[in-house]
Amino acid sequence: MAKYGIWFRMKCKVANPSSSSCEPFVFSSENEAKIPEILSRYPPSRQVSAVLPLFELAQRQCGGWLPPSAIETVTAMLGMSLVRGYEVATFYTLFNLKPIGKYHIQVCGTPPCMLRGSEELLTTCKRSLGIDCGETTKDGQFTLNEVECLSACVNAPVIQINETYYENLTEESLQDLLEELAAC
Amino acid sequence: MPKLSIDGQEIIVPEGMTVLQAATLLGIEIPVFCYHPKLSIAGNCRMCLVEMEDHPKPVASCAMPACEGAVVHTTTPSVKKARQSILEFLLINHPLDCPICDQGGECDLQDISVAYGRDASRYALNKRIVPDKEFGPLIETAMNRCIQCTRCVRFATEIAGVPELGAIGRGESMEIATYLEKTITSELSGNLIDVCPVGALMSKPYSSQARPWELSHTPSIDVQDAVGSAIRLDTRGAEVMRVLPRQNDDVNEAWISDKARFSYDGLKYQRLDQPYIRNKNGTLVLASWEKAFEVIADHFRPLKGHQIAALVGDLVEAEAMVALKDLMEALGSPHIDCRQDGAKIEANPRCSYLFNTTIAGIERADFCLLMGTNPRWEAPLINARLRKAYLATALPVATIGLPHDLGYPVASFGNDPFIVEKILKGRHPLSTALKEANYPMMIIGQGVLRREDGAALLQVARKIAEKYEVVHHKPSTGHWNGFNVLHTAASRVGGLDLGLTPGPKGYATHEILKAASAGKLKAVYLLGVDEIDLSPLESTFVIYQGHHGDRGASMADVILPGAAYTEKSGTYVNTEGRIQRSLQALCPPGEAQEDWRILRALSTTLGIPLPYNTLEEVRLRLVAVNALFEETDTVQNALWMPFGEEGKISSDPFENIIESFYMTDSISRHSVTMAQCRQDNVTRETAHARNA
Repeated sequence: MAKYGIWFRMKCKVANPSSSSCEPFVFSSENEAKIPEILSRYPPSRQVSAVLPLFELAQRQCGGWLPPSAIETVTAMLGMSLVRGYEVATFYTLFNLKPIGKYHIQVCGTPPCMLRGSEELLTTCKRSLGIDCGETTKDGQFTLNEVECLSACVNAPVIQINETYYENLTEESLQDLLEELAAC
Repeated sequence: MPKLSIDGQEIIVPEGMTVLQAATLLGIEIPVFCYHPKLSIAGNCRMCLVEMEDHPKPVASCAMPACEGAVVHTTTPSVKKARQSILEFLLINHPLDCPICDQGGECDLQDISVAYGRDASRYALNKRIVPDKEFGPLIETAMNRCIQCTRCVRFATEIAGVPELGAIGRGESMEIATYLEKTITSELSGNLIDVCPVGALMSKPYSSQARPWELSHTPSIDVQDAVGSAIRLDTRGAEVMRVLPRQNDDVNEAWISDKARFSYDGLKYQRLDQPYIRNKNGTLVLASWEKAFEVIADHFRPLKGHQIAALVGDLVEAEAMVALKDLMEALGSPHIDCRQDGAKIEANPRCSYLFNTTIAGIERADFCLLMGTNPRWEAPLINARLRKAYLATALPVATIGLPHDLGYPVASFGNDPFIVEKILKGRHPLSTALKEANYPMMIIGQGVLRREDGAALLQVARKIAEKYEVVHHKPSTGHWNGFNVLHTAASRVGGLDLGLTPGPKGYATHEILKAASAGKLKAVYLLGVDEIDLSPLESTFVIYQGHHGDRGASMADVILPGAAYTEKSGTYVNTEGRIQRSLQALCPPGEAQEDWRILRALSTTLGIPLPYNTLEEVRLRLVAVNALFEETDTVQNALWMPFGEEGKISSDPFENIIESFYMTDSISRHSVTMAQCRQDNVTRETAHARNA
């Protein structure tokens, strides 16, 4: 490896939301009804704190990702500037700023899982799905990501798929699991 | 008042001061990146770590309050090691491209690395790459160099009031960005370049133009609005390379407006560097100074004093104005006016035309009423002060006039001049607001004074000020003068202080124009007059003295090339009445001369020599005309006296006096950078309108 990294300046577009030209985001009536309760959790002078639960609500409504229009709607609702909302949305790995597949596979890569074979699990996922971390399969079924500790080290290695934990996995059991999911 | 010890020196500091500030008072240097005295404390760069007894770990001194009995060490081996480690971390992803970086030579990271860093890097992996951002025509970015101190984010959010910059992402992928690649919509955006401690945000017009050690620095005063910001002109050879702010907490704190900072390229184009005379065919031809003066003398010889008039523009310094006034007096002409826009304001009493509260005084106010003004465009730094007061004390601001986004909440009460009368009669919610406030202030813009009924409105405003104790002297609150006139012309207050208003039977600006088109006036002397429609002077003999071939010069029969504000030592009086001096940074181009010298030389040819030959003598003359000119850099309270005129108020709404912030005078009109900013603004507004 070179002693010093190669550095060059890039003049390109920032990985920013493409534009706000898409349809404005509106909460469904069902979700709209939940908003007063969410806002009531925070003191009147700290209503902006509701940005996290509202982003999460919006992400669920949008099928697992947070489009720019949703960021715009929620920040306007809370009277905060757009970039403040964007800072929050980019800070938390909870929020996906690109559309994701039907199954979002999050492989834990923190040491306990790594020692128990998470690297092999990741390779299995990549090989079996034909995608790299951060990518989605062409059929829109799977999105793969490596994440930090999922707090289930007791049964490492762990994978989270959507909201379910799969623990004590081996390469074989993971392969079976992926095939099972692909079938349904 | 806690007492603490830093490196064995004891100091007592006011409550709420930080360890870093206490150390600065003792003259002990602690290196910082994210800390900026005018911004909120972030504490995220960790460069200011110091050792405190009874603390197990090093503490960030910028965020640590100085507390009683604290014992601080800044020179121990552990502090040295902490600083080295922090710098090593900061430099991991820093490109170290100092040889091609504009910040080189005046870079905090460079200086601090040399003073406190390790001698060599131990890092051998690839560095991260951050795409450059597009922040508009003023700010060049090289985001690889960014060390995420977030000073720019805090400046945009706190001072400029445009929360458009943010730190997106986390950890190693954190970067500074705007949402949707927007340019920064602030008149103060150039200050981002100053607050950036590295070369991540740089000046686009100055990009790769000069090295800081090649530049000569000259302290000066900005003339592009009436705030009188303290600036530093950085010159190389015969060219202004850049303009930077100087700190003056009474006026501009550490900031200047984009126009003050970036319009200097206008000084290079369309300059008058030779005297010109209009020949019989109506074309302007080059001439010598002697010839030009002779032509003027020939024209003036048969004329009587009352057939000659003089007008003064917005960028003129006091020295030239007093010389012009003396010349007109010697010629026997009462027709002189420094109010080219026709503002209905008189030279007496002084309180009627000053920003009496003073700019720093805004921070004491507890209610502010704006009348016919858009301070964001007319005086961005006064607007920044209003915003500062809003952030500190939630200063309520109300406006009568066109609604504008000022960067803080403003209650708009419509655009009807009759509201002013209603307030006086106590029949408006604003009456109560003014009455209940302890330190109420009102800011009257040129949008009010330029109207036909300006004098009547001014009188109503004075009555409001008297009725609701906007001006008072009470044992509980002390002396307070909340009556303010916001000027936009750098020369205006100086002109009024020197009495450049029509003498007995003299004509004001519009009367001069009328009399000239009627043939009653035979000659008009324009000293830098470019902002008004001069077509009524078509058939009059016009002398234009100034530095740009703008509107005034195109009308002229004789052009006398003068000096721009960078090319002469001048005295300017800002809207508060603060008398400030600038120094000459360059020589005027070609045969151009300092303006008072031109008038002095002309007076000899006319056979009425003015009694001064040096700048010092002109300044003594200034003091003789108005003793206030003796004391510079301070504001003297003006005595409260009645002013204004009885009159009928018209129902016409207040109008914008500035069409575009970026182009308001002959210098900024010729600046390419300002033209780009204006274009950028127009594009953005059109896009905004389309989206809406």
